[in-house]
Amino acid sequence: MYDDGQVRPPYAGLEAWTNTMPAELRHLKQAEAEALFRRIGITFAVYGEGGDPDRLIPFDMFPRVFTGAEWARLERGIKQRARALNAFLVDVYGRGEIVRAGRIPAHLVYRNDAYEKAVVGFTPPRGVYSHIVGIDLVRTGPDQFYVLEDNCRTPSGVSYMLENREIMMRMFPGLFRENPIQPVDRYPELLRRTLASVAPMKCDRDPTVAILTPGHFNSAYYEHSFLADLMGVELVEGQDLFVEGEFVWMRTTEGPKKVDVIYRRIDDAFLDPLCFRPDSTLGVPGLMDVYRSGGVTIASAPGAGVADDKAVYTYVPEMVRFYLGEEPILENVPTWQCSRADELKYVLENLHDLVVKEVHGSGGYGMLVGPCSTKQQIAAFRAKIEENPGNYIAQPTLALSTCPTFVEQGIAPRHVDLRPYCLMGERIELVPGGLTRVALTEGSLVVNSSQGGGVKDTWVLAE
Amino acid sequence: MLSRTADNLYWIARYIERAETMARLLQVGERISLVPDAGGAGFRNEWDSLLQASGTAEGFARKYGEAVQRNIESYVFFDYDNPSSIASCVSQARENARIVRSALTAQVWDALNTAFQELRQLERTERSELDIPALAEWTTNKTAMIKGAIDTTLLRNDGWDFLHLGYNLERADNTARLMDVKYYVLLPQLDLVGTGYDNYQWITLLRALSVLRAFRWAYGGEVTARKIADFLILNGQCPRSLITCASGMVTHLDRLAEGYARPTGTQALARRMREDLSAMTPDTIFDEGLHEFLGRFVHDVADLARLVREDYLSGDVR
Repeated sequence: MYDDGQVRPPYAGLEAWTNTMPAELRHLKQAEAEALFRRIGITFAVYGEGGDPDRLIPFDMFPRVFTGAEWARLERGIKQRARALNAFLVDVYGRGEIVRAGRIPAHLVYRNDAYEKAVVGFTPPRGVYSHIVGIDLVRTGPDQFYVLEDNCRTPSGVSYMLENREIMMRMFPGLFRENPIQPVDRYPELLRRTLASVAPMKCDRDPTVAILTPGHFNSAYYEHSFLADLMGVELVEGQDLFVEGEFVWMRTTEGPKKVDVIYRRIDDAFLDPLCFRPDSTLGVPGLMDVYRSGGVTIASAPGAGVADDKAVYTYVPEMVRFYLGEEPILENVPTWQCSRADELKYVLENLHDLVVKEVHGSGGYGMLVGPCSTKQQIAAFRAKIEENPGNYIAQPTLALSTCPTFVEQGIAPRHVDLRPYCLMGERIELVPGGLTRVALTEGSLVVNSSQGGGVKDTWVLAE
Repeated sequence: MLSRTADNLYWIARYIERAETMARLLQVGERISLVPDAGGAGFRNEWDSLLQASGTAEGFARKYGEAVQRNIESYVFFDYDNPSSIASCVSQARENARIVRSALTAQVWDALNTAFQELRQLERTERSELDIPALAEWTTNKTAMIKGAIDTTLLRNDGWDFLHLGYNLERADNTARLMDVKYYVLLPQLDLVGTGYDNYQWITLLRALSVLRAFRWAYGGEVTARKIADFLILNGQCPRSLITCASGMVTHLDRLAEGYARPTGTQALARRMREDLSAMTPDTIFDEGLHEFLGRFVHDVADLARLVREDYLSGDVR
């Protein structure tokens, strides 16, 4: 918020607000927000760990603010990256031009666990594999944004973007009168439109869209049901669907109803026991056959994961240049591949300065934050890397930007990241906002909710 | 709608109705325990018949053995080992609602979720601070809130019909079972006895169904077995009578058949049940034998539940 002691312009509207909020009122409001979250049922369910299965992600009332100009540049960068990632996917399941051109090593693509042989040669409707691209960003300077990772499969958290806003508007309507904050509530409608726009070849009517969830024990179930509700589409489980003839049907009280587009929130491996994991009970037997013959669209498309792999990540700027002929607007964090001997050597010598992540890891698990770790932790991690170097990448710790955050003592800076949700179908859309995650522990760089992170409302101001 | 969604809605209603029945049983049990045990084992045995009526006597006996009041309270209100306990019913209903959130309005969800959150509070409260009347009243208040939210805010679509089908079916079953446990005190030759213990039992039965006042308004005068049977079985004004429940089921099954343009066996059976009841008088019921009649009715309800599953909820509808 502050820059050399001056309030940065986008935050100007918030200084007075915080000054008029004494600690007691703040605590009161915080309790009110939590009660609202709990009452609406915005919890992520954690089963199997004991305790209350319905947990709240800590919500910080202090919003994160972007000016219209800052956002305009970000938006261009995000859309650019989403287009490049989709072009890459169409290419690697098709002719593989980028590999032939030697711009990315073949083994990184074709030997990748996420490379789905079952869809080679199949191009999904409109050439879109990843319909919702969640790009995790951090800011390191006024105009400098780094991409931490891409999420091309099923990025979660968008319900928090929408609900954080609802709750802020309900609790602090005055802020919304005084600040020109662009709304985000078009997201569900845009998502529905995006999904409908990628209806399969054989669909000759207004397409029926459904969300496929692993079920109510899934930690993101609330989000699945929330999106289904806002889009006005059915929320189905694998058991609600079956394949007959050339199509997928859902079981309704009136008999079978054809489903044209499935927004799945389950992993590839569980989609179809006949094609992938035979022990999956979450999926639909025969689904992939219908998919490949143009009877149903699956969003994101099976196989999309090969584009968001942490080892492939390094090559995304190359994809932007190769497919779009443009210079990347968003920067990649310099990344060392431990699979390469020379880079591994550097990583092992500089562990105390680096962040090391598992190639396929997520949720902030299985990572080492060098500067915040003890000698013992580093030594233990070193052993793990040496055992299987190909499983790790390393990045420098960035001077992440911070955002004012309410803490026990008042307001203090805390590190934040940002996940906007870019939609790709007939059109490419981005609502002005996203999910800001905040590391609530002082000095911490880990924003994952499973590791003590919280969330904030994210404002984009109209110009 | 998805068959699974319909199934969840139907069961939300059944659980809520069941929780309400349990609460009323608790109230009655509490009341009886305040009466001096003049008739030897008589009044104390009431707890047992209440457990019988709710179909939980066996489970209770397995876990606790003898019917001690405090254990009964725990079993009927808090015990998750008892699938019909109020805690089980409220938690299940809320979990079902969480699964089908998008088929409910914010108000209905709020009512169910608030009940659940308060239940968690109650579970953390010292038992010595909770008395039965308060727990029972809490339950009936919550179930009334939930039903009120359903009736005032929900879209009148097929989901609404499945909810009401659940309510009516569960209620028909509860009323019939409760009467059946007491059928022997309603035998007509006891009309003449009509005092003391028997009379008290009848009133208890009406109280358990929460219709004692209504009964007095509708019939007046002496309480007799014939009047009670008429009220609880054949009177369309009584909110818990078998005919009211049967009519409710017919209404909602007719709506479903019309909406889906598909008549079903479920609808036919519900209609037959209602026709049968309309053609009856207390005399024909007592001629057949109250116990036999109720047994037949409970059997029909079970058949109906099976047909609802086959015709609407199983997902194999063609």
